[in-house]
Amino acid sequence: MAMGVLTFLLAAVGTLVLGLLLRWVDRKVTARVQWRVGPPWYQPFVDILKLTGKEKLMPASARGTGFLLAPVVGLAAVSVSTAILWHAVLWPQTAFMGDLIVLIYLLMLPALMTMLGAASSGNPHAAIGASREMKLLLSYELPMVLAILVAIVRTAGTNGTLTFRLGDLMAVQQATAPAVAGISGVLALLVAILCMQAKLGQVPFDMAEAECEIQAGVYVEYSGPSLAMILMTRAMLGALMPLLLVAVFWDGLYTGAWWGYLTFAGKYLLLVVLVTLIRNTNPRLRIDQVMRFFWYRLTPVAVAALILAIVGAAKGITWL
Amino acid sequence: MSHKTVVNIGPFHPLQEEPECYSLYVDGETVVDVDVRISYNHRGIEKLNESKTFDQVPFVVERVCGICSASHPLAYIQAVEEIAHVEVPERALYLRTIVNELERLHSHLLWVGLAGHFLGYNTVFMWAWKYREPVMDILEIATGSRVNYANCKIGGVRRDITEEQLKEIERVCDETVGPTEMLTNAILDDPILHARLKGVGVLSTKDAKEFGAVGPTARGSGVPIDVRRDDPYAAYDRIDWDVCSVPDGDVFSKAVVRLLEYFEAVKIIKQCVKDIPKGEIDAKVEDIPPGEGIGHVEAPRGETFHYVRSDGSNRPIRHKIRAPSYVNVPTFKASCIGQKIPDVAITLASVDPCYSCTERMCVALDADTHKPVYSFKDLVRLSQEKTQRMLKEW
Repeated sequence: MAMGVLTFLLAAVGTLVLGLLLRWVDRKVTARVQWRVGPPWYQPFVDILKLTGKEKLMPASARGTGFLLAPVVGLAAVSVSTAILWHAVLWPQTAFMGDLIVLIYLLMLPALMTMLGAASSGNPHAAIGASREMKLLLSYELPMVLAILVAIVRTAGTNGTLTFRLGDLMAVQQATAPAVAGISGVLALLVAILCMQAKLGQVPFDMAEAECEIQAGVYVEYSGPSLAMILMTRAMLGALMPLLLVAVFWDGLYTGAWWGYLTFAGKYLLLVVLVTLIRNTNPRLRIDQVMRFFWYRLTPVAVAALILAIVGAAKGITWL
Repeated sequence: MSHKTVVNIGPFHPLQEEPECYSLYVDGETVVDVDVRISYNHRGIEKLNESKTFDQVPFVVERVCGICSASHPLAYIQAVEEIAHVEVPERALYLRTIVNELERLHSHLLWVGLAGHFLGYNTVFMWAWKYREPVMDILEIATGSRVNYANCKIGGVRRDITEEQLKEIERVCDETVGPTEMLTNAILDDPILHARLKGVGVLSTKDAKEFGAVGPTARGSGVPIDVRRDDPYAAYDRIDWDVCSVPDGDVFSKAVVRLLEYFEAVKIIKQCVKDIPKGEIDAKVEDIPPGEGIGHVEAPRGETFHYVRSDGSNRPIRHKIRAPSYVNVPTFKASCIGQKIPDVAITLASVDPCYSCTERMCVALDADTHKPVYSFKDLVRLSQEKTQRMLKEW
């Protein structure tokens, strides 16, 4: 029990620190792309620190319970998922059955909580933001799950049984080949990267906060510690999503040799910087365009990848 | 108005850095009506000018707008010159043209950057503003100031631009063409920008005419009006250039018009530098007779119009200004209704509305002594020192 609590705390705090450092990487890379100097490494930490000392304002029209509870629940959900994911990555043998399903569920909670908080704030900008967040969630969840299914099918190809255990997923990939090594795997990873971009609420999928249209939309009424919690949630999510993708598609962390850590860091940072680069080379899309993009373009791609993977697994063709 | 959600853009909103308020009446995400409120920061410049002498007014009117700070004084000065029937020296006309076109360069780059920012494309924002910086620098070298140039005076211009400075202007213009072409191609070929801008906020040719739109807003809707060609002033009738016009009327066309005008402006500046005659720069006007005159100038946003009446004293007894945004803002009634909120946001920005609100004051106080860190004198000195340093360095 004590061990479990310790793991949870370490994972949550560690991911928070990592997430805030990655926020700095994001801001620094962005600044360099835009010919700016960029902030010092401790800037995201100072931002959070400053917010925790600020007054918490709540609009008179807000429903207090939902408004104040939403950021807490969102942060809690992400913290739990950090514990599950890091535990699975570091000690694959001890992961529990179906942890992947729990993770997918928990990682959906921050978006739901954002909607709840925005809808309780009583602000029309936030209401529009909440409706966009909901449409966004409906857009990316299906292709995301389909993409993860591709990885599951591809790893099952070698031992015949489908596994929803992250530990097994990584163990099989490390023993044979990463799920991404094949046509269906590449397609699935591409779909998953775009879904990650949407889940992190980064340009071109940041219409829920759309600064110049609806003034930070879903977050417009948040201030002080509540806003700090939201920022922490987003920073942790930013650290978790690339980790999930590396674990599911790219054989996770190989702890058997020293170069395992290096390649892991390389893969992880690649995905992190990719998010930054995508967000710096695209304008924001409209929500209807996003829904069309995910439903009519990415979902068929994900389905095609899944069919390829199933065919590949049935016929034993590993490159499919 | 039935019960609809109101989404206010303004009075303080990241979309516009100036105070104005667009109340969007929305049904879901669709805008069904727009209410525009401006004049949050009325400064009474027209009235103020009645207490200034004819020579002082240009310094006031260039503060009407921080971006059209060459166009407004020129329009006023042309109105006064019409009253006094002044024959402006040839060289002064060319110098006016150069400064006004430099202003167009920096204004259009500024708009491209802001449009990128409004779409969440901050890389375009930063890049456009980086390429705008050399233009600001040559304005400072040529006139002594980045923003309020104090360049024109009644009867001519206040300071000459030397041969070396003209060469520098030409060199910088040439240098900015490459990056701007790159930026233009990147913007015009980006499929996602096409998706966001094409067919969005369409102002039809008919609507543009009915609302009396001016400048790039009209030219983006296939109404090729341009004061520089239709009623030439300064040296525009002595130069070979074209009016850029695109028929579609959407936000994309307005962007295209501005980017094309950038290259036309470079063309105009280079011809001016080549053809500029030697000679006087000031007609030395002694007094202004009674009478009334008008002057209009194609500012980067469209036609700015000034009316001046004189009773023979040393002050204008009436001065009327009509800035281009005054006629461009109402076109939102035609272009925004029926659009989605994100499209309306960029449509509002696409006419480059200017609320002439640069009159602000900011005092930095020392936290301990509560005394101003810099006095007005210090700031003037710092600014002059920087100009001197720049002049020495290049």
